[in-house]
Amino acid sequence: MHELEKILSEALNQFAVTENAVELEQVKARFLGKDGHVTALLKGLGKLSSEERPVAGARINQIKQSIEKALQQKREALQYNLLQQKLKAESLDVTLPGRGMGYGGIHPVTRTLERIEVLFRSLGFSVASGPEIESDFYNFTALNIPENHPARAMHDTFYIDEKHVLRTHTSPVQIRYMENNDPPIRIIAPGRVYRCDSDMTHSPMFHQVEGLWIDENVSFSVLKEVLSDFMQCYFERDDLQVRFRPSFFPFTEPSAEMDIQCVQCNGKGCRVCSQTGWLEVLGSGMVHPNVLKHVNIDSEKYLGFAFGLGVERLAMLRYGVADLRLFYDGDLRFLKQFN
Amino acid sequence: MKFSENWLRTWINPSLTSHELSHKLTMAGLEVEALEPVSPAFNQVVVAEVLEVVRHPNADRLNVCQVDVGEAMPVSVVCGASNVAVGIKVPFARIGAELPGGLVIKQTKVRKVESNGMLCSADELGLSGAGPGLLVLPEAAPVGRLLREYLDLDDMLFTVKLTPNRSDCLSIVGIAREVAAMTGDVLNALEVEPSGIDIAESVMVRVDAPEACPLYCGRIVRGVNGAAKTPSWMVRRLERSGLRSINAIVDITNYVMIELGQPLHAYNLEKVAGNVTVRFACMNEELVLLNDQKVILRDDMLVIADDARPLALAGIMGCAGTSVQIDTRDVFLESAFFIPDAVVGKARRLNISTDSAYRFERGVDFSVTRTALERATNLLLEICGGQAGIVTEAKGELPARDPIRLRTSRVERVLGIPIDNDGIAALLQCMQLQFALKDDDFYVIPPSFRFDILLEVDLIEEIARLIGYDNILVRPSQTPARMILEPETLRPVCRLRQIMVARDYQETISYAFHDADVEKNLCGNARPVTLKNPISSQMTVMRSSLLGGLIGALRINLTHKQSRVRLFETGVCFSGEEYSQQEKFGGLCYGAQFPEQWGVETRMVDFYDVKADVEALFFPAQIIFHVSPHPASHPGRSAEILLDGKTVGWIGELHPQWLQQYEILKSVVWFEVDLHALTTVNLPRARDISKFPPVRRDIAVIVDESVTVQSLINAMQSSNIPYVVEIGLFDLYRGASVGDGKKSLAFRVLLQDTQKTLTDSEIEQSIALLIAVLQQQRAQLRI
Repeated sequence: MHELEKILSEALNQFAVTENAVELEQVKARFLGKDGHVTALLKGLGKLSSEERPVAGARINQIKQSIEKALQQKREALQYNLLQQKLKAESLDVTLPGRGMGYGGIHPVTRTLERIEVLFRSLGFSVASGPEIESDFYNFTALNIPENHPARAMHDTFYIDEKHVLRTHTSPVQIRYMENNDPPIRIIAPGRVYRCDSDMTHSPMFHQVEGLWIDENVSFSVLKEVLSDFMQCYFERDDLQVRFRPSFFPFTEPSAEMDIQCVQCNGKGCRVCSQTGWLEVLGSGMVHPNVLKHVNIDSEKYLGFAFGLGVERLAMLRYGVADLRLFYDGDLRFLKQFN
Repeated sequence: MKFSENWLRTWINPSLTSHELSHKLTMAGLEVEALEPVSPAFNQVVVAEVLEVVRHPNADRLNVCQVDVGEAMPVSVVCGASNVAVGIKVPFARIGAELPGGLVIKQTKVRKVESNGMLCSADELGLSGAGPGLLVLPEAAPVGRLLREYLDLDDMLFTVKLTPNRSDCLSIVGIAREVAAMTGDVLNALEVEPSGIDIAESVMVRVDAPEACPLYCGRIVRGVNGAAKTPSWMVRRLERSGLRSINAIVDITNYVMIELGQPLHAYNLEKVAGNVTVRFACMNEELVLLNDQKVILRDDMLVIADDARPLALAGIMGCAGTSVQIDTRDVFLESAFFIPDAVVGKARRLNISTDSAYRFERGVDFSVTRTALERATNLLLEICGGQAGIVTEAKGELPARDPIRLRTSRVERVLGIPIDNDGIAALLQCMQLQFALKDDDFYVIPPSFRFDILLEVDLIEEIARLIGYDNILVRPSQTPARMILEPETLRPVCRLRQIMVARDYQETISYAFHDADVEKNLCGNARPVTLKNPISSQMTVMRSSLLGGLIGALRINLTHKQSRVRLFETGVCFSGEEYSQQEKFGGLCYGAQFPEQWGVETRMVDFYDVKADVEALFFPAQIIFHVSPHPASHPGRSAEILLDGKTVGWIGELHPQWLQQYEILKSVVWFEVDLHALTTVNLPRARDISKFPPVRRDIAVIVDESVTVQSLINAMQSSNIPYVVEIGLFDLYRGASVGDGKKSLAFRVLLQDTQKTLTDSEIEQSIALLIAVLQQQRAQLRI
């Protein structure tokens, strides 16, 4: 019996000092292999009497199992160590910058246009468009601005020929849409417009969003509601003060200019609002019956309101841009700020 | 419209501060653009008379003056102004006076001589207009009177930005009328007594165009003193309305125009030959205007003529020959009503603008024509003396002022507010509008001074104005919610933009017009859509491509030392006689393909990088690139982009010639496609997924350099060989082993069947067929 204990402790000792898998397998062979110590003992069982044999056999098997178990544990420990070494060797400097493509961005005017679109879509407005070279008829006449009307002189129009202009506003889209669609109508028409004027606050090309809602029960008070709501949502300020002032547009009556409380100084008066506390942001009004007549909509049955807002102006106020011309330079140093 | 608040307050004096009044006007639609004091604040400055001027004992350039400031004893002051003289009247700042800029006057000694105040220049008082030296006041200035009172300096200047429909407010009376309607204060109407007739003389007036001039009043005034001085109160009021004093007669006509809104004209009677006729000009008749501009008239221009020639462009400007001067003795005064259509556009056509034309184009009150003539006569007799003749009045049919039906229910519906008949009647009364109520409808007569009240809705606007837009409560719409039709086969542009953003492109927006040379060079477009009135010589034609704008933006960034520029833009492009307008989507790349970084080799962007971007834009649609030259591109590196056999765009490397011309150092790859081709997409349709694994076989061939990969792929695909589901190029090799002028191409072929696993012989058969197709294309199988 003493011999068995000795074999076990010897096996365990040899496992303990073993440091790699190859060596471990050699140690294993020494004990459990064909010529190993344990195998030799098992072979020796035959010499024992039939009474002694089962008892001794059980003892030897017990030892064998213990050695096998220790062997398995050692194998796992060696594997674990190996993995640990591998993982350690593989570790990265996670602070190195990510690799590959950079990222671009959309233009601040586009960003503003998309935002305006989202807000009006949420109110059920769909998006319409029209040509930028527009006939004199759609740009002026159909909008109740006959030839020689003083309002034409106020438009600083670019002419292509006698009968064609670069549209001075997005309002012609109203006409084109009403010609082809029956009321009720609820659209916005974002787009580029052109005026022959250029300085810090005027650009020969800029963007407008036209809005038109024709239905049986819209009114001036609905106009006020929709536009106030829009401005408060656009600037994300519930408490933004707005006001409506009488104005004149040949294609609306009554016409209203909308002011918002200056978002720079909260109405206290500053350079942005020329000390008035108010900012003019859009023109609006109830669609003039003459305009509806042009497109064969019964103005007794249907009422409508229209508005036109300047996109650059809203972008400038929202993002604090001081000079309108920056929008059209294509200067990446400016454009990247809005990504 | 500019005016003095004090002048307005002689007509109507509401108990409102200047700022409250300004706010009231703005909220009534008469936007006050500027409100500023006539002079900065100062006090204790009085009119003084210089009694004695003695050289300062201790200074060559100073004088010691004794001045009468309206007190018992003269005051002694030291003065350095060179124009000081005995007898002149000047402003005197008393001890304790505060002047603009914070200067406080104290008793001082100037080089040992006591000085008890200061004689002032215009500059020191913040007043404009006068030259250096003391401000010399008129002889009649009362000594001791506060200067602010004497010069009426406690006054505010209003500048109102009038909308073109409100010509009725181009006068003091018009503004006053508006204030009366808004505040309920009473208007102090001007009572104009007809002047007496001193001489029984008149000018015969014949109106040949009564439809253009339905009312013409004129009268002779003889023996006037054209050199008379315009009273200072009148000069002040004119100046504060933005008008310069010319001479007394002209000043009077201008004054009445600002006061009553009626433009007048005074002719030098001596130069008028015979009778006066109002007629349309003859074609090519000539006239030298007051501003010495010679104009050639057309037959739609109304003129005032004598028996010999035109004397004035009616309602626009008089002629140089008959203008009144300081030596004018006899005048013919004209006050007429020209209908807006007769005047409108004519001044602009001749490139002139006058206060008179501005008013007539928009509409002048035809009830005031004769009153204005009488008012001017009275002022003329008072200021210049003379004897008035008989008024000649030629009257035709004045504009109709038919009653307009106004329904209370319509007011409620348009404005979205509750209102009843009484409410409306009260508002109409406020506006002094004449009306009758019949069968529950109002019939309102528009006043003669309004040319913008034609329809019921115009009256509704007046009512809304009077109620105040701010007092119309907001009301959510009662419209039922409806969903918007959003076709799934239309891809929104914002999604395309996001593809570009994800591929490191920055969006730009360029002007849609540029230089004609750009259009010719880059687009080969010799006949671009051209602007008649460009804003600058670099912006004369409409773009037919986005490329010019993109290159412009690239160049701006290169001046800012950017080494890597990737831009895209979408916008309308214009071309052809019919002005075709097509929205395009374009981009360009310059510099390294990847931002400079560790672990990625820096290499310049090339054709194939940008080609991948274009393919990504179109994905999943398959586009074909076909060799084709483009004026902007390197001839060997240019392709048209085809979708379903139609050209939808271009891609290329910018021609070295343009790189040189536009001073761009490295190569530029650009593309442009029709937006429409990108936004129209197919609705996806699910197909069976094969349960059987695909088999891959590779085929390598050697071909001449001139053979395009696309031609081989086309040949293989169009042969419809069984089981072939995908063919792709995975390697391209050039080198000694394949020979000069040749290239080796390796294709990956995937074969699959949805119903069964392919047998080796089926696979080999298909591959053999493919190889045969390639060999037909003169490809040599590489072993």
